[in-house]
Amino acid sequence: MASNAITVKLLIWRQSGPTAAGQLVPFTLENVLPEMSFLEMLDLLNEKLVREGTDPVAIDSDCREGICGTCGLVINGIAHGPNSGAATCEVRMRSFRDGETIVIEPFRAASFPVIKDLVVDRAAFDRIMAAGGYVSINTGSAPEANAIPVQRASAETAMDAASCIGCAACVAACPNASASLFTSAKISQYALLPQGRTEAGRRVVRMVEAMDAEGFGNCSNHGECEAVCPKEISIFNIGRMRREYLKAVL
Amino acid sequence: MSVLTDVTRSTIGKKLLNGLTGLLLCGFIVGHLAGNLLLLLGSDAFNTYAYTLHSLLHGAFVPLAEVGLVVLFTAHAISGISVALARRRARPDGYQKSANAGGKSRKSSSSTSMIITGVVLLVFVITHVAQFRGGFFAPREYADVMINGHATHNLYALVVDWFNQAPMVALYVVVMLLLGTHLRHGFWSAFQSLGAANPKYLPIIHGAGVIFAILMTVGFLMIPIYIFLFVDPVAGGTLIGG
Ligand code: HEM
Repeated sequence: MASNAITVKLLIWRQSGPTAAGQLVPFTLENVLPEMSFLEMLDLLNEKLVREGTDPVAIDSDCREGICGTCGLVINGIAHGPNSGAATCEVRMRSFRDGETIVIEPFRAASFPVIKDLVVDRAAFDRIMAAGGYVSINTGSAPEANAIPVQRASAETAMDAASCIGCAACVAACPNASASLFTSAKISQYALLPQGRTEAGRRVVRMVEAMDAEGFGNCSNHGECEAVCPKEISIFNIGRMRREYLKAVL
Repeated sequence: MSVLTDVTRSTIGKKLLNGLTGLLLCGFIVGHLAGNLLLLLGSDAFNTYAYTLHSLLHGAFVPLAEVGLVVLFTAHAISGISVALARRRARPDGYQKSANAGGKSRKSSSSTSMIITGVVLLVFVITHVAQFRGGFFAPREYADVMINGHATHNLYALVVDWFNQAPMVALYVVVMLLLGTHLRHGFWSAFQSLGAANPKYLPIIHGAGVIFAILMTVGFLMIPIYIFLFVDPVAGGTLIGG
């Protein structure tokens, strides 16, 4: 093995099923290379567990390049780990010292039941989207691109909001388990564009109702969500959601 | 009406309400402090202020303001407490290890203790009103003073008596520090809750909040400390301005 390999002590949340009691289980993993991603380190652990005949640790992942929003772990108390603006798959093992203890837990919220170990069910986000995260259009041929003028600043801000990948780290990091950052980003990406204005009022009311119905907490404006967001979605989207809501109900 | 109940039941409506009432309470404490600072000028100045306040709008001002304040405090406390209760439902199982994300986060001991400082303030406000408005547990009886030819309560003497007691001064010091803590996060948070913060003005609003919290804390602290150190209890039955 390469001479710069490190050994890490892992404390991983293990829970055999949704209703089972869980606990932190210790593992020691050797030969971890600094250039490995956090998920590759867990792959290494799981290969070892399989060889030993132990049940591997269940984790969620897909693209492994920070664009799909599937992976998500709370690493040493911080959603998506120590690097800001990065998803769990983008965290490299060089962020950790040789011999360091790393605590790994699932995203925790009553609305995100644990399925197994570190995998949680985030379907609550899909239901919020289904409540209003769309634009109704008459289908047919594509409209002429310049028929509806869009201000450049609005386009940029809408694009920033739309870069939300729905990973749910905002909920995991929020001391109140609020889904305000996610919901507000989705509301903003439509509210800022003329195509989305028609339904803006109805959309914000329905999406907020859906968010509340899912049992997420309220927002205390701590701002932990923005700090852990892999896409650095701004909390000003939450301010916009509140303005849109006020406009819609008045 | 149903729209109103829907709104107040939603998380956003509660924050709008909490932020609005919080800002209005900030306005109230500015006025309250300005009036109370007259205590530093002595008996005449303060009792005249108290008398004038009570005679505004033919005496209707104070009762009206009191009703307004009860509504504000109640709405603010209920909306604030609801946030804390929602938290317990939304995350029944906490993390084994928790940490602050740092970076752009504004989470602080001040933001995480809002419910504690808030509940302390609520209990304080009730006892404070009983003590000074109700005159309950007063150390002694006070003869009225004459202001502009009218016999009126010697509120100044009551305040001075209370703030000559070390434990009372200590209590006020602690509660005012907690008020400052509440305002440090509360001030900017209220703007954000009302959707009134934007990237350009946020640093200004946040800075103004810190300054506001310090000004209010120091202002309110000065009164009991000054009285404790420099003002002796008023001799019973002194007539002033008559
Ligand atoms: C002098 C009295 C008070 C002032 C000036 C004041 C001011 C404020 C302000 C400006 C906010 C920020 C609002 C927001 O985040 O939108 C706030 C939040 C809060 N206040 Fe007060 N407050 C006072 C008394 C109280 C009392 C009596 C309670 C009783 C429980 C309380 C509980 C809370 C709570 C829990 C929050 C935070 C809500 C959250 O986490 O989102 N406050 N306060």
